[in-house]
Parts: sequence; C-alpha cells; structure tokens
Amino acid sequence: MNLTLLAEKLNLMVRCNGNRLGREVSGGYVGDLLSDVMTNSRKDDVWITCQSHQNIVAVSVLKEHAGIILVLGKEPDKDTLEKASREGIPLLVTKLSGFEAAGRIYNLINA
Amino acid sequence: MSQKYEFSFPVEGENFDDAGKVSVEIKRLLKGLGITSDILRRTAIATYESEVNIISYARQGNINIRVTDDNILINIQDSGPGITDIEQAMRQGYSTADDRIREMGFGAGMGLFNIKNCSDSFEILSEVNKGTLLKILINR
Amino acid sequence: MTLSEIAYLLDAKVLTGERYLDTEVKTAFSADLMSDVLAFAKPGSIMITGLTNPQIVRIASIVDNSAILIVRGKIPPDETIALAEELDIPILSTKYILFETSGRLYANGVVGCIKKIEGPESVVPL
Repeated sequence: MNLTLLAEKLNLMVRCNGNRLGREVSGGYVGDLLSDVMTNSRKDDVWITCQSHQNIVAVSVLKEHAGIILVLGKEPDKDTLEKASREGIPLLVTKLSGFEAAGRIYNLINA
Repeated sequence: MSQKYEFSFPVEGENFDDAGKVSVEIKRLLKGLGITSDILRRTAIATYESEVNIISYARQGNINIRVTDDNILINIQDSGPGITDIEQAMRQGYSTADDRIREMGFGAGMGLFNIKNCSDSFEILSEVNKGTLLKILINR
Repeated sequence: MTLSEIAYLLDAKVLTGERYLDTEVKTAFSADLMSDVLAFAKPGSIMITGLTNPQIVRIASIVDNSAILIVRGKIPPDETIALAEELDIPILSTKYILFETSGRLYANGVVGCIKKIEGPESVVPL
C-alpha cells in the first residue's frame, strides 16, 4: 500500500510533495498529541491528525512517516507547508473525520 | 407567567483541572428547568469553550447566564490580555495556545468558531490588557 | 454495535458503566483535541481518545456521547472514573491503538460523524 493508492481511494487532496506518494505505507497512526506520536508511531506509518501547525513536520521527519493526512477539512499553516515541502514530507488533506479516514485506511492496508 | 432565572459562576485562570466543571453544572441546572437537549448541548458547548479560554488566557473570569421563556443569554467577562485581532481569532484553526496548553488537548483554535456556531447571535468586545466580554444569545 | 459487542471486539475492559452495555452505538468520533469533539461529535456517538483526564468525561457529558473508549492500553486515574460514575458515562479501555481501533469498528459498521461535502467550504457537521 502507498499514499498514491490511498489518495486515489479516499479522494485525498495533495498539498505538497506529490512526487513522493509512491513510498510504502505499512501502517497508520492517529494522534494529535505530539509527545504521544513521538513515542508510539513507527517508520512508514501514515500519520492521521488534525494538528496543522509546523511542529508536525519535525515529528514526521524524526519518525520517518510516509506522510501526514490532515482531517476534518483542516489545512496546513503556511509555515507547515513550507517546512514540509523542504523536508520532503507529503501533506494530504481530507474532509473526512479522523475516525472515517483511519477506518478506511486500516481496512485498505489490511485487505 | 414568564419566568426568569439567572446564574453566575466565577472561573479561575490557569485551573485546567477544573475545566468544564462550570459547564457541566450549567447543563445540569438548565436541564432541571426543562431546556430541550439540543439547546442544552449548544449552551454547554458555548460555555465550555468560554471556560477554557478564561482558564488558558485570563487570570480570572465570570460566566453569567440568564434564562427566560424565549432565550438564554450568556455573558462571559474576563480580565485577561484581550484579543488584538478579533477577526483573526474567530478563524477556525487560529490559536495563540502554547505547547503546554496543546499537550493537554486544548488549543485547537476552534473555541470562538464553536461558540459562534452554537449561538443565534454573538458579540465580542475586547480591549488589550483589560479583558474580553462575550455576549451569546441562544433562542429557545 | 452494542457497547458489549465493542468491548468484545476490542478486548476492552469496562471500567465503569456495566449497566449500559446494551447501548447501541452507530457513530464514533476520535480525537485528542477536545475542541474538535465539541465541534463535530454527534449525540450518541462513542468518543475514542488517548486522553485520560477528567476533561474527557465533562466533554462527553456536554456533547451527549454514549460512552468513552480509551485506547493505547491507558487506564484513567480514579478521579476520571469517579466523575464518569457521577455523570453516568461508561468508560472502556482497549490495548489497541486508535488507528487499529477505528479500523476494527469501521469494519463492523460503525461510521464517523461528518457529512462529506464537496467544495472548499469548512466541514459541516451532521
């Protein structure tokens, strides 16, 4: 499974690094508390969150996530977009809720 | 005969442990007055967001509720830093919360937006370094 | 699904509210940011969160969640459980992470609370 397929199946909108969507997604992590995501998420997870501020990029880089999906129609802050573009982290957005996004992605990965 | 009820609750700044205590009490009191569940929910959401704002940003504040047969009027006054740009503060996702506040699960920047969505009419008056007054009207 | 079926599916402990295990749950809302719950959660939905402080109980009471499901194997402190007992909100705890919890519930027919709309406007809650 990769972000290209997930984007297609869920109609996710790509905000940056659209050329990096081919990377393998092996799991997912849902969380909005950075300390928790730092401790518990894993490499190649797709991170599903509603946090839009720039600190999310550093977390994703450190944990080597496949990318970040912002839910509930949230858009990344300008700083977040700049940072993510520079660091090569794909940022995608959806109007789906975190539960719906995670629910669908989990079942697609584990199909 | 038209009935009028008024309640007033102080809210202490920085007291995150008690966040929501006042709103839960308000909901309980209003439920006892026969307010319908949708109105109860909207009122409690509006007062909860106000409570958290006072706790997060002000030293002290007060939530005053007046219930009549026709509507619920909520006045929230605080002696906090005031809002420099009200229009910006109203934007969904805009937040001045620091990391400490975020790590507690607050600070998503939805507060004023949520309050507005729950109100039938809504007014903010604010003065930097003096405080903020929110006036919320919910029709029954 | 009923709360009791959810508990079984997720191998969850029922920390309080055993008497409500027959409650039917159709929708779920997951969040660590409480403002989003206030904005979007539907009455009757189950709140899924990693937070364990008493706040979550107050929020659940305010938005009329049917129950709280705590993930990542966390057990809330006594004050959270006491408040849940006082406000009649069942609390369950599962070892699964939020992502897997959502996946399993979704596969069993539980849906989210948001109406999907096209267009650039902000999300409209159901």
